[in-house]
Amino acid sequence: MKYGEGSEVHMFDKVNSQKQCAALESKLVEYLDGRARPGDRHAVEEHLAGCASCRLRADEFRALSRVLDELPAISPSPSFDAALRARIAAEPARRGFWDWMPSPRLAFAVTALVAVSVWMSSTHRVTTNPTLASHAIQSIDAIEESKVTAESDFGMIRDLPVLENYDVISKFDALSELPVSPAASRNEVMQENR
Amino acid sequence: MARTDVQLMLDVKAGDEQSFELLLRKYRTPLVNFLFRMVRDTAVAEDLAQEVFLRVYRAREEYAPSAKFTTWMFRIATNLALNSVRDNRHRKMDISMDQTVDMGEEEQRPMEVPDRTPSVEQELVARCRAELIMKAIHALPQKQRAAVLLHKYQELDYGEIARVLECSECALKSLLFRAYETLRVELAPLVSPTVRVDRVPADRSGQPA
Repeated sequence: MKYGEGSEVHMFDKVNSQKQCAALESKLVEYLDGRARPGDRHAVEEHLAGCASCRLRADEFRALSRVLDELPAISPSPSFDAALRARIAAEPARRGFWDWMPSPRLAFAVTALVAVSVWMSSTHRVTTNPTLASHAIQSIDAIEESKVTAESDFGMIRDLPVLENYDVISKFDALSELPVSPAASRNEVMQENR
Repeated sequence: MARTDVQLMLDVKAGDEQSFELLLRKYRTPLVNFLFRMVRDTAVAEDLAQEVFLRVYRAREEYAPSAKFTTWMFRIATNLALNSVRDNRHRKMDISMDQTVDMGEEEQRPMEVPDRTPSVEQELVARCRAELIMKAIHALPQKQRAAVLLHKYQELDYGEIARVLECSECALKSLLFRAYETLRVELAPLVSPTVRVDRVPADRSGQPA
């Protein structure tokens, strides 16, 4: 054995033991409560079996628990409940919005009044707003224009049988060869159509 | 079938005053004891316990069962107790700037010890031991004190206590270990098997225990 080897081993054991003792601290209360997990319980029991100081500490913790049990309990004074009830009674009651209404009739009247005023204000706003009014006029014009367009379209549809008249189409080229007088040619065509 | 605390609280929310009475009856004594051990003053403890119930009652309409009822209630109680201790300490510090204060009045108040032993001597010993225990608990830092009281006397589980004290479970276990370690040292005369305070009078008289 080299010089100092034994003391190094002894120091290592001491440090290792101190680490285990420190690790026990976080588990001891849980172990003594009987709430430690099986793995932790075995680890604590193993350490206690080999460490006299921790074993003594564990025994003293158990004794301490019994000593703390000696602390007597006190009872609340007989006036406790009455005093609490008085404090609760002195609490200001919480009131909702409807609780401020002295009667249901008044509540209904207020609701109706609010509803009517909201409706009135919204109607008034539509008629008096100049921007909205001009928009309304513009939209009426657009409707009129669309009516006219629709009528002219309807006229074209109505004249379709005339346009599809076979004789008119077949004699179209012949008409183009007629003399230049448009009035005469128009009368001629009319006569033929009849 | 007995209703759970959460169900009782939901019934209170629905307007059932009787359910509040049931909660009051169930938690009145544990709450007063917890607060008494936190503040060491029966009048203050009762006042704070009433304040806890008052806050529970006030919050009934907004109550949502997101946590256990006891967690919620003891969190309110712990916060009130810590505030009270802090305020009281400041008040005492202010007074001590000008005058001497008889701090021993509360400490010397006889504790209510159950009549387990007929002997006056044993009763005195029990009272003496109870006062030592109470002093040792009260000497703990506030958070450690609350942790010990909730763990030892209210028997809340680690998760609940951690939520009450707003810390992790790991931090709570460390907190509890440090608190019990301090108590073990402070109460060594009661804890150590070699020192028996309750046998001191017999030893003094020279008679065997």
